[in-house]
Amino acid sequence: MGFLDQLLGRRQQKSSDIAKERLQLVLVHDRINISPGTLDKMKDELITVISRYVEIDANGVEVTFTQSRRESRLVADIPVVGLARRTSVRGTAASRGAGGDA
Amino acid sequence: MSATVITITSGKGGVGKTTATANLGVALAMLSQRVVAIDADIGLRNLDVVLGLENRIVYDLVDAIEGHCRLRQALIRDKRLSELYLLPAAQTRDKNAVSPEQMIELCDQLRPDFDFILIDSPAGIEQGYRNAVAPADKVIIITTPEVSAVRDADRIVGLVEADEKGPASLVINRLNPDMVRRGQMLSTEDVVELLAIDLLGIVPEDKEIIISTNRGMPVAMDGKAASGQAFRNIAGRLMGQNIPLTPLKGSPGVLDRLSRFIRG
Repeated sequence: MGFLDQLLGRRQQKSSDIAKERLQLVLVHDRINISPGTLDKMKDELITVISRYVEIDANGVEVTFTQSRRESRLVADIPVVGLARRTSVRGTAASRGAGGDA
Repeated sequence: MSATVITITSGKGGVGKTTATANLGVALAMLSQRVVAIDADIGLRNLDVVLGLENRIVYDLVDAIEGHCRLRQALIRDKRLSELYLLPAAQTRDKNAVSPEQMIELCDQLRPDFDFILIDSPAGIEQGYRNAVAPADKVIIITTPEVSAVRDADRIVGLVEADEKGPASLVINRLNPDMVRRGQMLSTEDVVELLAIDLLGIVPEDKEIIISTNRGMPVAMDGKAASGQAFRNIAGRLMGQNIPLTPLKGSPGVLDRLSRFIRG
């Protein structure tokens, strides 16, 4: 870090923080043993299967892993199309956020 | 009474498994426990030199398992302490000379005569690791605050859980408090958060470790060394003593020294 950077308050990120961030990412993938490519493939297959039963917005589908303690959780957020109108008749609007844990 | 079998492992090599095994063995024996330390690193024997017992080996682990000697004959007694024994690894064989079932049987034979059986695991996650973990009642995972060691430790945490030997407990070795304070090293909190297992102890980086290993006198025998105290604390915790985990003190900064000078 140069003197000028210090003077202007521009600080380099601490290497311990970089180490922690890198580890957080690498450990999630080590633990579930699924590559980003495989995850994409799984997402496409999920869309195909669910589309057979419910009309969904394929572009809005998000499949991610979350971590709490040593538990990994696969979370799929799948926006459903057309459900809003029907449910709004009953006074509830829930078109998005039909997320489920798998 | 039956011994508790504790396996000390890490995944990555060179993080301090053998040093920790030797020092926990010494520290437990100093607390009047009957201890046997088993070197399960067949082909890469080292616990003997760290304990300073290399000149007294006649028989080894594989001799005992294959029946070339009685188990008692392969045990080397550490004369500096009343009840510390070493079961050395074979040096001219490989990991496949022993099976996990044979290790379980061996430990079952030792259990009635001891309070603690410590097993020094080889690095890696293959046959040697499987042999070392098979008889374990408890697993201690050693890591250093470095990305490669923490990543490998995480693999072991998962394997120990899959083997239903969990939850493992964690020892962080070679922590440098000054570097942590400057943001140049992962902190205890970082490592515990990443691995999400219980912390059993923190051992500071200490040049006394190298000096004591040169002499074959484990640092836990030294009353003054900070790392020796850390190992004695871990031994106490293994016996169920309530010894709080205190944050490590770094070397005093300029202000500390100045204020001490002023106060006289």
